[in-house]
Amino acid sequence: MPFSIPKEEYMMSGHTACAGCGATLAMRYVMKAMGENTVVTVPASCWAVIPGNYPNTALKVPFIYTPFASTGATISGIREALDEEGKEDYNVVGFAGDGGTADIGLQALSAAMERGHNVFYIMYDNEAYMNTGIQRSSSTPFGAWTTTTPVGKDRVYKRENKKVVADLMMAQKVPYVATASIAFPEDLIRKIQNAKKIKGPKFIQILSPCPPGWYFNAENTVKIARLAVETRIFPLYEYAEGKFVLYKNPNPLPVEKYLEIQGRFNHLSPEEIRTIQENVNRRWEELLEREKGKVIP
Amino acid sequence: MVLVPTAYAPSSNNKTSSWRTTRPVIDYSKCTRCMICWKFCPDVAIGVTFGEKLDYPNERFSKLEAPFINYDYCKGCGICASECPFDAIDMVQESEM
Repeated sequence: MPFSIPKEEYMMSGHTACAGCGATLAMRYVMKAMGENTVVTVPASCWAVIPGNYPNTALKVPFIYTPFASTGATISGIREALDEEGKEDYNVVGFAGDGGTADIGLQALSAAMERGHNVFYIMYDNEAYMNTGIQRSSSTPFGAWTTTTPVGKDRVYKRENKKVVADLMMAQKVPYVATASIAFPEDLIRKIQNAKKIKGPKFIQILSPCPPGWYFNAENTVKIARLAVETRIFPLYEYAEGKFVLYKNPNPLPVEKYLEIQGRFNHLSPEEIRTIQENVNRRWEELLEREKGKVIP
Repeated sequence: MVLVPTAYAPSSNNKTSSWRTTRPVIDYSKCTRCMICWKFCPDVAIGVTFGEKLDYPNERFSKLEAPFINYDYCKGCGICASECPFDAIDMVQESEM
């Protein structure tokens, strides 16, 4: 059979990720698209523990650990050093979780994008600090249970909406911004190959479901990532050199389909689910407006 | 001169087969070799095999590359079984093997 994604593997077996981890699928597809001449940087995140203890590495390319707040600074430095050595064909990739992107690493990310280094910043979005035990991040969606927004008698689940870093990057006029999903690897790899043609900073946000943190069975990882796109909770779009293109699925599913198979949304009442549906519809309308060329403030 | 700690051991030295409680088993008489299971394996534990004497839905499929599961690394998450469009992968309890 013809293979729909590149056959070469740059991620090795034997890593210590949980069974059914979405973040490892994200890294596998990103590395397939990047190829051999790549340098990967990770801050503190799940990917800092997935390769295993000290002598182990799960990637066949250079892999550099960096403090939580400094992914953007590290990839900027690596890029300039490689350019100085004449290795301009190398891809420099920062691969950070949502905590290291939306909360702690945001200023370094914003600064690296503003300075215009020719780097990739990949955010794998599992919607909480999963590595340290499911604490709320600013990328956690409305209504989700986490250990710092617990649901007991008082029901203090997360009341704030998700901060979408890809939207922030578009507001900053980064040359290439895209969202992608592990359920659509061909689309993810096509987006990275498009981004490679652009000289400048590139930002891609990948939704990667987390079985222990989102409370679903490990076999449903890809199914949930697909439902997030089909229910329009996580819209897929591409913003390249000022042109915005939104992936439009003709028959959207109701958000219940996505919420009902995840334990972290188990406590939601019908009114709260209706609120989530309204928010999803409003955001979709805003994205359609943006595609027509109207800039959303 | 090494300025930063560098590591060389590949993670594939570690076998993760003991993490598993159920194992996927491919029924090659239903498998159409679409390789969707290979595409969605988070542990890179599904490989591609050539020219082996495997079962097939009909003999035209016997010339195609087929997936095989590397049980040294499979963690038994079951993504392959749930994504297989032809229900050709069953999850079997390890205790029954």
